[in-house]
Amino acid sequence: MIRTEEMLLNVGPQHPSTHGVFRLIVKIDGEIIKEATPVIGYLHRGTEKLAEDLQYTQIIPYTDRMDYLSAMTNNYVLCHAVETLMELEVPERAEYLRIIAMELGRIASHLVWYGTYLLDIGATSPFLYAFKDREMIINLLNELCGARLTFNYMRIGGVKWDAPEGWIEKVKQFTEYMKKELEGYDELVTGNEIFQNRVKGIGQYSKETAIQYSLSGANLRCTGVDYDIRKIEPYSIYDRFDFDVPVREEGDAWARYECRMEEIVQSLRIVEQAVEQFPEDGEVLGKVPRVIRPPKGEVYVRIESPRGEIGCYIASDGKKEPYRLKFRRPSFYNLQILPKLLEGENMANMVAILGGVDIVLGEVDG
Amino acid sequence: MEWLAERLAQAPGLENMLYFLAITLPLLSIILGFVTYAILAERKVIGYIQLRYGPNRVGGRFGLLQTVADVLKLLIKEDTRPKLADKPLYILAPIIAFVPSFAILVAIPITETLTFANMGVGLLYVIAVSGLSTIGMVTAGWASNNKYALMGGMRAVAQMISYEVPLIMSAVGVVLFAGSLNLTVIVEQQQFVPYILLQPIGFIVFFIAATAELNRTPFDLPEAESELIAGYHVEYSGFRWAMFMLSEYVYLFAMSALITVLFLGGWNPIIGLGFIPDVVWFALKFSIVVFVFMWIRATLPRLRADQLMEFGWKVLLPVAMFNIFFSAVLKELFF
Repeated sequence: MIRTEEMLLNVGPQHPSTHGVFRLIVKIDGEIIKEATPVIGYLHRGTEKLAEDLQYTQIIPYTDRMDYLSAMTNNYVLCHAVETLMELEVPERAEYLRIIAMELGRIASHLVWYGTYLLDIGATSPFLYAFKDREMIINLLNELCGARLTFNYMRIGGVKWDAPEGWIEKVKQFTEYMKKELEGYDELVTGNEIFQNRVKGIGQYSKETAIQYSLSGANLRCTGVDYDIRKIEPYSIYDRFDFDVPVREEGDAWARYECRMEEIVQSLRIVEQAVEQFPEDGEVLGKVPRVIRPPKGEVYVRIESPRGEIGCYIASDGKKEPYRLKFRRPSFYNLQILPKLLEGENMANMVAILGGVDIVLGEVDG
Repeated sequence: MEWLAERLAQAPGLENMLYFLAITLPLLSIILGFVTYAILAERKVIGYIQLRYGPNRVGGRFGLLQTVADVLKLLIKEDTRPKLADKPLYILAPIIAFVPSFAILVAIPITETLTFANMGVGLLYVIAVSGLSTIGMVTAGWASNNKYALMGGMRAVAQMISYEVPLIMSAVGVVLFAGSLNLTVIVEQQQFVPYILLQPIGFIVFFIAATAELNRTPFDLPEAESELIAGYHVEYSGFRWAMFMLSEYVYLFAMSALITVLFLGGWNPIIGLGFIPDVVWFALKFSIVVFVFMWIRATLPRLRADQLMEFGWKVLLPVAMFNIFFSAVLKELFF
């Protein structure tokens, strides 16, 4: 009589495919996963609580460290919330700089995802190609604000620095270059049969499930829901640009891959248009008081980060620090579907599914 | 070789034991030299493919001493062993994996004169012995008392067994054409036409199965880094780990040499270029095969376990079977 036994396997927090300090306790029968329990919190720093003792401008560097792959969008969501609460006007030039910075950040973030996802699937070279191209974006942003990862670039009412001379021209060259690079990506990976076999039909869920789990970003759009906050509720100056929202119907890892790769193309389109329309001169920081004291009240704003819908709620009691601050962190919400997706899959798929969700642990743990 | 036969006939003693040890040295140094520089070459080739430089610090600008330094480091590293590991098996496993990889090499003819054992059943011997190292892997996986290692070990067994079958089957075509299992004879038969031209299907199947046997991308499941961290040798460190690594590269040497011998015509020169020595021809063809292995590694992602099995049994095996049939018909009609 053959007796089989279920085995408890601890994946992470130190595991090459958990993308940071994420831990997963899986119960496996052979290689088939029976149950998966995510354990989070290894990177919890209490950003929201810390923010209660900080002035608004001082909170901005903390947001850099949440989703450290696209710090620009995090900067923006906080500034946007305070600006909405104070009804501040943001100068035109600052808005364009913000858009360019955010969209470049989105491309950089998706490039990291592409590279690490392929690394999870077992191909090493695309990772280095993607990082080479990301390096160019990082250099551009570095020229803009003097930091490569934690930018601390945006300020309430505008941005900290104006673009250096010739920067816009460089961005333009980059968009041309990146388009060519994307063709190379497609040739190397997208058409690869092994890759397609690994991701097609993996981690599939329906439209209804995605909505029930409150997924957002590419994780939602891959099921056929046309939901992008840049389109449905345009913030900043997104209504001035012409771009499409990539949507797929299948709801599997392959659809998510296609969505994200297409998003890079669309972001490049936005950057191109922004560079085209970029105002000749003007202020980059509006007229804001030295100490920011939003009026008593509360506000919730949401924007589209590379990972999905990032929201910021501020309750102000009229002081220079917020009374309560809360971020809706998309990675945290997107992660909730993981145990359901992993059930019944094998170990190799586990990596492909987890990678496909695209989490950043700094954001999950807050 | 007369004196050697004489020594073999004598009663075993210290003197002839020393002789036997001494005559293995050239083979050993060729192999170790290859392994040292194959690791460097792999890192360099993949480095350039990935827009990096690869090692360029130790031993001049090409990093010629990098592997030597790495091996020295591994030698002086602490040898750790998990507390609950199965001690005898844990110690034995690297040796089981390591010994057969060297044992294969004696049968491979590098040139007409540089052949260490001209066996009548050379091909059979090579394939049979190469299958043994699987036992080393599964032993390592089991003895480490680590769940990842165990899974890696199980994967290794499943993969090796399923790919050994098409590997042998695809070589049968060559054997049919050559009419011999002796590797030297097989090379001599290819004096004018290498078997890659007569056996293209066999070559492709053999190459794919060889990649799987070597645990290299896209078939590197037993040591899938992103899933199983390092697979069956995850708990090994220091020199025991180095032995696994070493046996992997020795296998790379053996398989590439076998492909060269079976399909690329071994030491036979391209007609009209006979003035270049045999060894150079062998080295050239062999290097091309090794390079292709490295190239594949830098390009492709990894298969999934079930896809791997499906591919092995449902695609490679039938194709290899068909190849045997086809070769037999061809041989009957034209040769």
